Amino acid sequence: MAGGRGLAFYALAYLAFLYVPVLLLPLFSFNDSLFIAFPLSGFTTKWYAQMAEDEDMRAALWNTLKVGAVASLVSTSLGLLAAKALARPLRGRAALLGFANLPLLIPDIVLGIALLILVSSVSIPLSLVSVAIGHILICLPFAIAVLLSRLEGFDASLEEASRDLGENAWMTFWRVTFPLVLPGIAASLLLTFIVSFDDFLIAFFLCGTDTTLPVYIWGELRFPYKLPNVLALGATILIVSGVMIAFAEWIRRLGASSDANLPLGA
Amino acid sequence: MGAFAAVNVLERLDRWFARSEMAGRYLLLSPVLLVLVCALAAPLALLFLYSFWTQDGLAVNTTPTLGQYAAVASREGYRVLFLRSVGISSLVTVVTVLLAYPMAYFVAFRAGRAKFIWLILLTIPFWTSYLLRVFAWKIILGFNGVINSGLISLGLISRPLEFLLYNPTAVVVTLTHAYAAFAILPIYVSLEKIDRTLLEAAADLGDGPVRRFLRVTLPLSLPGVIGAAVLIFVPTTGDYVTPSLVGGTDGVMIANLIQVQFGRVNNWPLGAALAISSMALVAAVAVFAIQAARLAVTRIR
Repeated sequence: MAGGRGLAFYALAYLAFLYVPVLLLPLFSFNDSLFIAFPLSGFTTKWYAQMAEDEDMRAALWNTLKVGAVASLVSTSLGLLAAKALARPLRGRAALLGFANLPLLIPDIVLGIALLILVSSVSIPLSLVSVAIGHILICLPFAIAVLLSRLEGFDASLEEASRDLGENAWMTFWRVTFPLVLPGIAASLLLTFIVSFDDFLIAFFLCGTDTTLPVYIWGELRFPYKLPNVLALGATILIVSGVMIAFAEWIRRLGASSDANLPLGA
Repeated sequence: MGAFAAVNVLERLDRWFARSEMAGRYLLLSPVLLVLVCALAAPLALLFLYSFWTQDGLAVNTTPTLGQYAAVASREGYRVLFLRSVGISSLVTVVTVLLAYPMAYFVAFRAGRAKFIWLILLTIPFWTSYLLRVFAWKIILGFNGVINSGLISLGLISRPLEFLLYNPTAVVVTLTHAYAAFAILPIYVSLEKIDRTLLEAAADLGDGPVRRFLRVTLPLSLPGVIGAAVLIFVPTTGDYVTPSLVGGTDGVMIANLIQVQFGRVNNWPLGAALAISSMALVAAVAVFAIQAARLAVTRIR
């Protein structure tokens, strides 16, 4: 069918539109020139070497990893509790999901300043702690969505059988529920880690002097001579996170009951 | 002995759970609710309060006043920024949804066994660093950027094109790219849910492909389209990174103005009032647009 073929071409062109701009980062990160321009002038890995030696970058990376670990662990644990409670019909379910999904609909700048006002009025210093609080909030909708779609496809009679056979609630959780939900937990940990790792704006308002990696990149963008380093860093982040995401999406979709639960619909 | 006691306690908990399963589930929700109240509701309430206060040097005067809102409403420069933000976001929303619809349609109806791969490929950009995607457009559109240097080395132009970067169009292009995944996924889900027998019925009853699309597929996918539009329009109006990196002075949006109040200018109450006003404006536009879209589709049918 001609229409079908046209649509397939369109789909491929769209995919190119999505990926080509982003893939320019790795391309130019190996280019032996201070200027990000054609024609390419030769292959080099010196930008990667320079990037690796940058102390500020390493400090920022370490900060980002710490915040990411805390935000993903806390939001996934909270998400697991919420998903367990919401997997079956419950009064107030829609209202609670709406409330938890609100951070997706509020511009980050508003969340950032609102949290800035909060932490300054309760005297929490601007630090990785305040960043982690903000990140838990923006990670929560994703954690709940991923875990909810896993738990909804879950056969409750397995838990009942375990109880009938004499296991208590705790052992039932560890020996039945947990193994079955494990892929969802893994996907949620990975995806929330990436949400935290990539966030710029919340950290921009809340990090004080504890620079995270995106905030560090933002600062470097002001200096044209540092752009090649940013390219190398950006390319590394894109490749590593791309692989992590593909893996997380793969586990998530393998066992999810439906796509309908993600706040974005898939 | 401790372990034994713990098991005992757990067993009691277990029985209690069985008795009041509902209550147990509300208990499970309490940590999440606590976080949402402390880290979401409380800050938003404080932001709202701040918008009625006044900056007094370094201190804040907490006498309630509508002064900040009066300032927001009366200054010409602010109105320009509000209108521009809503204008840019509306354009981005329409373009992104129009571009994404055929893509989502392809995945839902034509991708066959490759659907899984397509979905993953379309989702990866959604999760990757927003800052880096915007940065990519800065180097593409720049004066000595990828497009200009590419066209020059191909001999198609002799001097760099200046209209590429630092204007509202650059903001629209960048945001359209950055928000693509937000549009595809909700539309895909609503298309996927359509009962295929309805399409067959429409064809059997004599509808051609176009009529069938307009009368069956499009109305049934409307929830996805509206969801996508909201998920694009609302956050893009408040976008800070894109106008800062590729917008130039003509592309400044409301978020830049808000940020300045919390940075250099240090007038938090005015910044709060600007934030509340922009959210109210965005909500009003979104509700109006959703009603209009619903009405338009009922007419088509």
